Amino acid sequence: MEKSVKIPHADEFVILPEKGEKSYVNPHPVECEAPNEQVKKETIFSNLKYLIVGVTFGIVFVKAEIVSWFRIQEMFRLDSFHMYGVIGTAVVTGMVSVLLIKRLNIKTLQGEKVQFHPKTFNKGQIFGGLIFGLGWAITGACPGPLFAQIGAGFVVVIVTLLSAIAGTWVYGLLREKLPH
Amino acid sequence: MLELIRHPWHWSIAGFLIGLTVPALLLIGNKSFGISSSLRHICAACIPANIPFFKYDWKKEVWNLFFVAGIMIGGFIGNYFLSNPEAIVVAPHTQETLQQLGVKDFSGLMPVDIFSFDNLLTAKGLVFFVIGGFMVGFGTRYAGGCTSGHSIMGLSNLQWPSLVATISFMVGGFAMTQLLLPYIMHWVN
Repeated sequence: MEKSVKIPHADEFVILPEKGEKSYVNPHPVECEAPNEQVKKETIFSNLKYLIVGVTFGIVFVKAEIVSWFRIQEMFRLDSFHMYGVIGTAVVTGMVSVLLIKRLNIKTLQGEKVQFHPKTFNKGQIFGGLIFGLGWAITGACPGPLFAQIGAGFVVVIVTLLSAIAGTWVYGLLREKLPH
Repeated sequence: MLELIRHPWHWSIAGFLIGLTVPALLLIGNKSFGISSSLRHICAACIPANIPFFKYDWKKEVWNLFFVAGIMIGGFIGNYFLSNPEAIVVAPHTQETLQQLGVKDFSGLMPVDIFSFDNLLTAKGLVFFVIGGFMVGFGTRYAGGCTSGHSIMGLSNLQWPSLVATISFMVGGFAMTQLLLPYIMHWVN
């Protein structure tokens, strides 16, 4: 029988019966902000549709100059409305879409009910948010634009990406010791 | 038509298309929009090191890695095939302030004074790539999301913790730009 254990501020973990108490796996990282809720299994081929959405998204990032370090500087100096306009329009579009999906009970292409995830508050949203904000203003990139910058030919940003992966890893390592 | 695409896009068009990513991902595969999680999946796939936070079935979340690979390809297409023939227009006040801080080149999307390989092993490289990148990775995971997961997906779903996170992102960004950056630029130059 699988036993589950709850780690503070973390997901539900399942202890593997054959490996004992020390070894547990997380069946599904729900507190991850972008969980896959599709029940139907997906092949590598069917994953290509997310690649195509990503390509469109990357083109928008470059063409609207969201990947530009200068645009981020303008935003934090209140010298341009551009980034506020982009994020504001995106939020309104997203809000209306989510509202329509909920109200009209629109199903996914596979006929499944769309799953939404309420966020629970913890202090990490403030501490982590401040740390990310400080980094955002230096690198001129949140995680999405990091990938687009590399694709756009700013190859040195690979170093920034590797550092970001290292930062994520160190967070995972220190997680239980940090205030949440 | 191509001429129109080559010019920098208006914020309303870009914002609308980015906002559409939310229903697109939800409806084509029941996926919540979020990008920083890809960094966690890379850790889980490559260097889990027996850390509980990275012990999960990352293969189930592999769509997110396809998505960011697509963003990289999109960045390539956008900059090499659809690029704006003219130089980027930076707001005069920002340009003036940055010039005082030692930024000279305003021709590209990124200042080559900072984002070039020559700076990799200098103080500039340490701050702008290594420390900056680390804070982005550490901070987004600590906050449980980034601009996409919290500010766009979370706010779209009317989640108040996402509003708290978004305000914190902005406060951090203003503090860095307005208070710390002058000292940092002075130190690295």
